[in-house]
Amino acid sequence: MTNHWIDIKNSNVIIIMGGNAAEAHPVGFGWVTEAMQHNNAKLIVVDPRFTRSAAVADYYAPLRSGTDIAFLLGVIRYLIETKQVNYDYVKAYTNAGYIVREDFSFNEGLFSGFNEETDSYDKESWYYELDEEGHAKIDPSFENPRCVWNLMKQHVDRYDFETVSNITGTPIADYEVVCQQIGSTHTHDRAATFMYALGWTHHTKGSQNIRSMAMVQLLLGNIGVLGGGVNALRGHSNVQGATDMGLLCQSLPGYLKLPSDKDTDLKTYLKHNTPLALRPDQTNYWQNYPKFFISQMKSYWGDNATAANDFGYDWVPKWDKQYDFTKHLDMAYHGEVNGYIIQGVNAINSMPNRNKVLKALSNLKYMVVLDALATETATFWQNADGFNEVNPAEIMTEVFRLPTTCFAEEEGSIVNSGRWMQWHWKGANPPGEAKPDAEILSGVLMEMRKLYKQEGGKLPEPLNAISWDYHNPLSPHAEEVARELNGKDLLTNRQISSFAELKDDGSTASACWIYAGSWTEEGNLMARRDNHDPSGKGVTPGWAFAWPANRRVLYNRASCDLNGKPWDPKRTIVEWVDGKWHGIDVGDFNMKLTPQQSAGPFIMQPEGVGRFFALKLLAEGPFPEHYEPMESPIGVNPLHKVTSNPAVRMLPGVKETLGSHKDFPYVATTYCVTEHFNFWSTHARLAAISMPETFVEMDEVLAAEKGIANGDWVTVSSKRGSIQTKALVTKRLQPLKVNGQLVHTVGLPRHGSHNALTRKSYSCNVLTTEVGDANTQVPEFKAFLVNITKAEGI
Amino acid sequence: MASQDIIRRSGTSGMTPAAKGRNSSEQVAKLFDATKCNGCKACQVSCSEWNDLREEVGTFQGSYQNPMSLSGQCWTLMEFHEVMESNKLRWQFTHSACMHCADPACLKACSTSGAIIQHANGVVDFDSDKCIGCGYCASACPFDVPKIDPKDNKAYKCTMCSDRLAVGLEPSCVKSCTTGALRFGSREDMLFYSEKRVAELKEKGFPKAGLYNPEGVGGTAMMMILHDITQPDSYNMPVDPQIPLSVTLWQDWVKPLGAAGLIATAAVACLHKITVGRNIVEEDQPGYQPPEEEVKDKEEDDQ
Repeated sequence: MTNHWIDIKNSNVIIIMGGNAAEAHPVGFGWVTEAMQHNNAKLIVVDPRFTRSAAVADYYAPLRSGTDIAFLLGVIRYLIETKQVNYDYVKAYTNAGYIVREDFSFNEGLFSGFNEETDSYDKESWYYELDEEGHAKIDPSFENPRCVWNLMKQHVDRYDFETVSNITGTPIADYEVVCQQIGSTHTHDRAATFMYALGWTHHTKGSQNIRSMAMVQLLLGNIGVLGGGVNALRGHSNVQGATDMGLLCQSLPGYLKLPSDKDTDLKTYLKHNTPLALRPDQTNYWQNYPKFFISQMKSYWGDNATAANDFGYDWVPKWDKQYDFTKHLDMAYHGEVNGYIIQGVNAINSMPNRNKVLKALSNLKYMVVLDALATETATFWQNADGFNEVNPAEIMTEVFRLPTTCFAEEEGSIVNSGRWMQWHWKGANPPGEAKPDAEILSGVLMEMRKLYKQEGGKLPEPLNAISWDYHNPLSPHAEEVARELNGKDLLTNRQISSFAELKDDGSTASACWIYAGSWTEEGNLMARRDNHDPSGKGVTPGWAFAWPANRRVLYNRASCDLNGKPWDPKRTIVEWVDGKWHGIDVGDFNMKLTPQQSAGPFIMQPEGVGRFFALKLLAEGPFPEHYEPMESPIGVNPLHKVTSNPAVRMLPGVKETLGSHKDFPYVATTYCVTEHFNFWSTHARLAAISMPETFVEMDEVLAAEKGIANGDWVTVSSKRGSIQTKALVTKRLQPLKVNGQLVHTVGLPRHGSHNALTRKSYSCNVLTTEVGDANTQVPEFKAFLVNITKAEGI
Repeated sequence: MASQDIIRRSGTSGMTPAAKGRNSSEQVAKLFDATKCNGCKACQVSCSEWNDLREEVGTFQGSYQNPMSLSGQCWTLMEFHEVMESNKLRWQFTHSACMHCADPACLKACSTSGAIIQHANGVVDFDSDKCIGCGYCASACPFDVPKIDPKDNKAYKCTMCSDRLAVGLEPSCVKSCTTGALRFGSREDMLFYSEKRVAELKEKGFPKAGLYNPEGVGGTAMMMILHDITQPDSYNMPVDPQIPLSVTLWQDWVKPLGAAGLIATAAVACLHKITVGRNIVEEDQPGYQPPEEEVKDKEEDDQ
């Protein structure tokens, strides 16, 4: 979240799209009902299903799963056409006036630079025109036909109401109301917030879904202000923390990059990752990249990292290709992986195409599962008739189960969606032999060091070089790790209080620069519990610690005009008064600078402004474009000949596992229900009582066509497999008119387990496909094709 | 049960009034605002958690609703209703639990002394230890709330967490409500808030919004704000709940009549004794038995 949960109460219009906050985030959703009651906010829900969020919404609009970009680009077209644009903001703080290279183009669904042989883009042309100093050229009048504003206008011009409705299936009347409500926040005194989650990321163009929305928010001047923002609701408790810690296979903690094998030395690596300013006098905060990275190296390797050995750069693994989860399972499927350590995930039920995952795990020589529960992954080798059909005698995988503590059985920090790092204390002792993950991994490290010493082996240096100076090396305490993440000045041995203190000469250490300030010489700031809210705007500086720098609203410089005067005096976050900055929040800029000097609020961008045109950052283009899901119920893209994302992540052999709409005519989407938290709460009796079994939701028209009554057993099948489950026939799903045909959507909750307290149920991931987002590789769990028939003889 | 704040007990005649010592106790109320509820079931689960209830893990029954009804092991249940109104779908959620009627049919119907009681704050509570499992409460309740648990053949229902209330806490369902749909406080405060909220809703496009606080049972200590007060049945709530006629007849007429009959009989007897006196049979009437003394005297005379 650029903002945070409580800030939702300051919104005037709340749009839940690509998420279902009432069901998946019921506690945080309380701020939505708060805004509705006490700020007279309107709630809009856009979803293929009428969800529990829709149940309390002022306006609900259905859309076909996988068509969010068309929906949002239509909103952008509407805003521009009806002049419901915050022009002051757009002129001051976005790249609308920046001039794009002459050779950039978009034709018939493809951007310039597409190579049809490799199915990838050469992104060279996706850039600004630069002047002699390497700065981007600008036309503040927006008259240059090559400026971003005009290119964007031209790009979205195709998305009129009829076209959008024809693609999304959203009735025009509903669409118009949503557009009007969103448009109403273009004034300085109103703000809209978008709340989204996996409903946007679980698509082959998930990143572009989110970008489309960010563009809407920039147009309306809704970023950096109270009640606005781009607000990702994180699914698991602490998944924000996991992401901060470098969850993705090519990340290091603090959103630093894992070097590739092209970054042959430290100098090359830093050059690749340290941007030059694209406009004069910009903060360009990533220019500090070397300070963050070298401090991280000092934290990793301690005294072993010296200027002479490039601070241990050579010991950091370098990637040759993306070893993400999907890729790794694919490699296991092809017999290219010996062992697998599975920590904190029920892989076999969580990953797409379960039948393939089952084979992949069966090919391993050994598997180590670190989990608090006996998951289906840990018992994948056991036969469970119908649900997990295997012959244990044929599976040679040796499985080690290492029971771990669960969150309530250990101390530490949990980072919530609003970037708050909240310390929590142990509530109970773990049962039996369960141990914290850190203790288990430390044990593995110590044992490996011992074995290297006794038996020798390849590349012992990194293992031996790791700094492991904990009080008990076999069991690092959460407090020690937290202090390490914050970092210290190595000359004075004092905790640093801000990442501004980090240096690139090896004199500071910080394992995760964005966490700097969370554990200073003052102590553990994450443990603070002062909920005093002096402004009444939900900004509570004394409650826990919000990274970065205890800042509650990111990009908050954008809440003021160029001269430091708040756009809306009722929503003041920071303000320039009497030659000084004042505010209720920590400024997201150097508060020693004057308003004019600090006028680039998007300080992480080398040009300091928000981007309608994303340059080379995304795989499928600098503007979002509607592409069909990889399995499309209409089989064509009504806009042009490029049906689906041309840059999609699709491993060899996956294409053959995709079904056609002729054999599998119905759109399926998967989701969570309130009663369950993934595969954990199915093991909790009260949660199991409140939702004992999974089902498939379908509309009444489809049910009547297929002769299916509410509660009947049905078979749902995709090209990848089939499952049996019970039907929930409901008014909450409606067939949609799309491109001249009627499209039915069916919904599958994702909590099917055969090894829990709930009724034995199939996993919906028997049906899903592993095609992934072109940027994040996240599988398309939310839009794929199935067929459905009434099951006989059950 | 030594709280000394019981103002009404089942199976007890109104002619022996309950203790009134704690007469300054404030009436409380729980308010369920259906327009703010998102059906998350936190109330249902926390009720079972606090009260140590564990229903069997059931099966899918064609709805998000699980279990399908209240029971001895389920005192609070989230109900799900899909309602069409002027071609628009409304997914309505009902927080289904005891309504804590001011004039409770269950208490009235209960024949066992003190098995059902009403506290001075308005909460209607069951003392399961005294329950004989006759089921009169279950059949009398116009909201179909009390349930007989087959395991011990005793009746159970929501107690408004009277154990929590006794130490100044709100009911567990209210504590766990995620959206502020459930509120708890003095009845006066809840009525004041409801009035404001209903006016707000009317402005927001719910012209038929209103407070469900049915008079037929004397008002309830669990009140509901509904989108459409003219159709409580769409929430599976009775339109005009009344104490069943049979219970009223029995408790308000037959039983008092019975008591009155007894008293009348005794009174007539006394009156008769005073006004008429003993029933004396004269010597010349048939069946005359001379007094013992007389007989003795006579015997003596005969000797």
